[in-house]
Amino acid sequence: MSIFRNVVFIAAISGLLAGVVLAALQTYATVPLILKAETYENAGGGHEHAAAPVAGTEATAPAAGAETTAAQTAAPAEEEAWAPADGAERFAYSALANIVSGIAFGLILVAVSEFAGGIANWRQGVFWGFAGFAVFTLAPGLGLPPELPAMPAADLGARQIWWTLTVVATAAGLALIAFKQSLPLAILGVVLIVAPHIVGAPQPESHESPIPADLHHSFVVAVTITNLVFWVVLGAVAGYVRNRFMSEPAPSLNGRLA
Amino acid sequence: MNTVSALGTDVSSQSRSMQLALAALLGLFVVGFLGFSHMDVVHNAAHDYRHSMAFPCH
Repeated sequence: MSIFRNVVFIAAISGLLAGVVLAALQTYATVPLILKAETYENAGGGHEHAAAPVAGTEATAPAAGAETTAAQTAAPAEEEAWAPADGAERFAYSALANIVSGIAFGLILVAVSEFAGGIANWRQGVFWGFAGFAVFTLAPGLGLPPELPAMPAADLGARQIWWTLTVVATAAGLALIAFKQSLPLAILGVVLIVAPHIVGAPQPESHESPIPADLHHSFVVAVTITNLVFWVVLGAVAGYVRNRFMSEPAPSLNGRLA
Repeated sequence: MNTVSALGTDVSSQSRSMQLALAALLGLFVVGFLGFSHMDVVHNAAHDYRHSMAFPCH
C-alpha cells in the first residue's frame, strides 16, 4: 500500500495548505456576504422554515393534514439540531471543513494525476489546479451560481444530482481532450462538457429574491475567485512535493501539457 | 516496488491502479459527506463552507 500512503501524504500536505488559505480568504471575502444575506433571511421571516406554521393554518383537507403532521414532526428536529455558535465556534467549524475538504480534493487530484503519470513540478500542478477549478467550480457554477441564504432555489436533491453529473461529465470531457490524442474523442469531450448546460440546471419557479442583486453578484465573484486560488495552491503544492514521495519520477513534459 | 521483476510488472501496475482508485474514492466520499450530507448537524457545521464552495445548499 505504499502508493496509497504516498498519495495520502501528498494530499495531506497540499490540502492542509490550500485549505488554510481558503479558510482565510473566505473569512475576508465570502463569509461577510453570507452574514449580510442572513439579515435579509431573518427579516423576511425565514425561508423554508416558514412552511410549517403556514401548513398548520390550512390543515382542513385530509391530504393537507397528512402534510401537516410531516411538517410538524420535521420542524422540531430542525430547531433542535445542533449548530455552532456565531463567532469563533462557527469560524472554527468552517475552517475545519475547508481543511478536510482541501485534503479530500487533494486525494482526488493526486490520484487522478497519478493515472496520467504524475505531476512533475509546481507549474504542471497549476494547470492541474485549473482543471480542478473548471470541473468543481466553473462548470457546476454556470448552471447553479453560488447561492446566498434566503435565495430561491429548485429542489435540493435535483440540484445535487445535476451538480454531480456536471462534475463527472466535465472531468471526463477534459480528460478525453487532454489525454486521448484523437480528434473524434476530443469532439466527444467537448460534447460532454457542453451537454449538462443544454439539459440545463434545475431552476426555481421564481427568481424573486429578498437578496439584492449586487450582493449576490459580489458573492458569485468572491466564491469563484477564492476557489480559483484554492485550486491553484492545491495543484502547485501537490506538484512541488510529488517527486519527494513517489519513487517513480513524473515525466517532465518540457512545457507540453500532454 | 523498486524491486519489481519483469514477471511481477502486471501485478504491480494492477495494484497501483487499485491503490490510486481507493485514494480517489476516499476523497470523493469525504467531499460528498461534507458537501451533500442531508444530516442537519453536518449541514449546520459546514454551512458557510458549503455556501462558499457553491455546493447546492438548503
